[in-house]
Amino acid sequence: MAGHPSIAKHPNLDEWIEIAAGGRIIVHTGKVELGQRIYTALAIIAAEELDVDYERIEVRRAETGVDPNEGMTTGSMSMQHSGTAIRLAGATARRRLMELAAERLDVAVDSLEVEDGLVQSRDSNQSVTYWDLMAGKRFGIAVDEAVDIKPPEAHTRVGRTATPKGMAEIVTGRMTYLHDLAMPGLMHARLVRPPHYFARLKGLDAAAVERLSVDGVTVVREGSFLAVAAADEYAAVKAAERLKAAAAWEEGDGLATPELFEALTANERLSFPVAAGGAPVDEAVPELAPPPEDAAVTLSASYEKPYIMHGSMGPSAGCALAEDGRLTVWTHSQGIYALRGALARALEMDEAALHLVFTPAAGCYGHNGADDAAFEAALIARAIPGVPILLKWTRDDEHAWEPYGSATVCALRGSLDGDGNIIDWSHESYGDTFMGRPVPGRYDLPESRLVSTHFREPALDWPVAEPAMGAHIGIHRNLEPLYAIPRPRLVKNLVRGLPLRTSALRSLGAFGNVAALESFMDELAAAAGIDPVEFRLRHLDDERARDVVETLGARMAADRAGAEEGRGAGIAFARYKNVAAYCAVGIEVAVTDEATVRLHRAWIVADAGEVVDPGGLTAQLEGGLIQAASWTLYEQVSWNGGGITSRDWESYPIIRFDNIPEVETVLMERPGLPFLGAGETVAGPTGGAIANAIFAASGLRLRRMPFDADAIRKAALQ
Amino acid sequence: MTAIRLQVNGTAQEIEADPDTPLIFVLRNHLGLTGPKLGCGQEQCGACVVLVDGVATNTCVRAASEFAGAEIVTIEGLAENGALSPVQQAFLAEGAAQCGYCTSGMIIAVTALLRRDPKPGAAEIAEALHDNLCRCGSHRRVLAAIDRLIEEGA
Ligand code: FES
Ligand code: FES
Repeated sequence: MAGHPSIAKHPNLDEWIEIAAGGRIIVHTGKVELGQRIYTALAIIAAEELDVDYERIEVRRAETGVDPNEGMTTGSMSMQHSGTAIRLAGATARRRLMELAAERLDVAVDSLEVEDGLVQSRDSNQSVTYWDLMAGKRFGIAVDEAVDIKPPEAHTRVGRTATPKGMAEIVTGRMTYLHDLAMPGLMHARLVRPPHYFARLKGLDAAAVERLSVDGVTVVREGSFLAVAAADEYAAVKAAERLKAAAAWEEGDGLATPELFEALTANERLSFPVAAGGAPVDEAVPELAPPPEDAAVTLSASYEKPYIMHGSMGPSAGCALAEDGRLTVWTHSQGIYALRGALARALEMDEAALHLVFTPAAGCYGHNGADDAAFEAALIARAIPGVPILLKWTRDDEHAWEPYGSATVCALRGSLDGDGNIIDWSHESYGDTFMGRPVPGRYDLPESRLVSTHFREPALDWPVAEPAMGAHIGIHRNLEPLYAIPRPRLVKNLVRGLPLRTSALRSLGAFGNVAALESFMDELAAAAGIDPVEFRLRHLDDERARDVVETLGARMAADRAGAEEGRGAGIAFARYKNVAAYCAVGIEVAVTDEATVRLHRAWIVADAGEVVDPGGLTAQLEGGLIQAASWTLYEQVSWNGGGITSRDWESYPIIRFDNIPEVETVLMERPGLPFLGAGETVAGPTGGAIANAIFAASGLRLRRMPFDADAIRKAALQ
Repeated sequence: MTAIRLQVNGTAQEIEADPDTPLIFVLRNHLGLTGPKLGCGQEQCGACVVLVDGVATNTCVRAASEFAGAEIVTIEGLAENGALSPVQQAFLAEGAAQCGYCTSGMIIAVTALLRRDPKPGAAEIAEALHDNLCRCGSHRRVLAAIDRLIEEGA
């Protein structure tokens, strides 16, 4: 555990744990709560190491300058980062508290016992609490990375479901989201967006603007950036409509409307071979050679996925207050320190004059409009100094302006020998970037990742993405199969000239890559006449991987998955990024007479290392499965030259209660093993398992998402 | 500006507002009841749902003035004498929320459904919750909470 990244940056124990008044313990984390129950898991870990009741632990919402900078809350890394850091901090704090107690009670440290923060000595009848010992003082020592942490067999809290932090507030409506902030003098703001990315404001009816100001509305204009603010929220809503009617736009060429999947493979692109370990290398891509001579079977197939949305239930929002040269921003960004840097650049302010406070919003599942809205709130706030500005995007803003998950094409070819072993494999993945976050240090102009920098004056150019070259990043996440395949040919293609704005969406490229390669595994298994579970096991050496696949197979067999007339079951497997959680998914479906896919049952088997909060982990896995099922069956962003046409929940349908499968989740018990993040692991296997289940149920092999009635009918005609 | 009289969570309220103001803004901004959420403003997602005379009703489009004389109950008004309502308890017990943004609307919709039909079947449940969207995928837990309530006969 040496060299923990969060501890290296924030070595002081006081940066992590505070023994606070009122019998509370405050835990600081740089990670943010997005509905993934990270605060619950961190509180359990802290309670365990400190030997206090879980209820005493409060996890603070991160704030710049106050809480640790742990980078982004992304990539299912929070448990490795913050979970491990807080475990070490908790153990260091406990050891220190024992030393203080021994001194105070004048007994030996090893005579001490703790229960819920009450320290007692077996050698005397005296006791003292953590709060007496600290009495508002700070620890003043460093977190010891070599501290003894509790052995798993001594755990009484880790591994047991706790009532999630915030759940009582949620069910009573008392949870404060960013959208709910109230401050004296606060003004509500709304934007007036251009029709699309490339439109420019060419005229604004001055008389209409004047009438708005007479009505007490402030109009903010910077170039083509337009917003309104009013004390009353509904007045702002109506003012935005009036301002919209008063604005004329120069639309230029509009959005490009190529045949999407053709453009993905035909456009100019940067191509890199991906080496063992999952990182691209800056070398020429090897030609696809003819299949090996001893190949008994060779198959080729392409799998296509359209642009999909984060589709947060709460449109993005930002709140900002500009006062005395300083700017405070309340934001639901996944990276408040990175956003602070980008805002400082965009606003030409000193970072030290910016204070960002994380405030929760609806689940985001990646890079949605949070950062953009924070910047826009700041622009408005600077125009109306001294007044807190609460900007809310509308549903239309959110649908049309969030950065989508890229459309992708995965082209696979594979060969089997006469015994059904894979002897040759090629997988080329084509897509736009998943790396669109405004992160200083990652790009030259991080602020150009904030939408409104393209509309204010001087307008920045839309960024051209650099290829990400790390292992399992972006387009090539989970491009490398975990299966034992000799020298697979793996190619990442960062495609240029695609029409829509894209960035990180839950699991990045892994969803498309895993869904494709797991569909292809089934196609190969069928060609060889081998059972899909057996076929995967043949190609898996990793014991933990074998375990989840075998367990899934056994469960589904016991539950007679797919046995009922008209139903079919499929499976898929992946280890997220080939280093995080293992996950095997089974799905049972029927294809209805209306050519829709009905999800009947689902099974998830996951090995996420040591499990801290089984309830939270299960909820993450189930939720991820339902969301990925929605992507797979229903979703695609549509547009035309005039802009995005998926602008509400009618034009961009998502899954509803009428198609929620029963889900059985099995968590492998791995006490003492490192935490493996799990929030994203289930997405790819879900897509693959649905495709495979549809094939089992109907004989139709679908390769272009979404698998809606159109797709089923088309496939049936072929 | 006109005076709008409303009966909210058992209390008579009088608010000065533009008579067209959708009920959601009055609840959230004038009365400080921020449990109902603005999700779409188009009667498509169910985040803003409250009980109106016992019926789950969207509040993001219809003017507050149209609700005069009706009994409005928001999520904040479900608890009685400080005790969570059975539906709230079931959601809590099942962990039937992730980010929680849709949850207020879900709890209200389930409350209305079970008052109407204490033993709904799967089809009735799907129908009643058809316009309650959730992006986190909390559906399975919400269904578990409903099962628990049906079993308890609450
Ligand atoms: S906010 Fe009213 S239904 Fe969506
Ligand atoms: S719990 Fe997040 S939208 Fe439903």
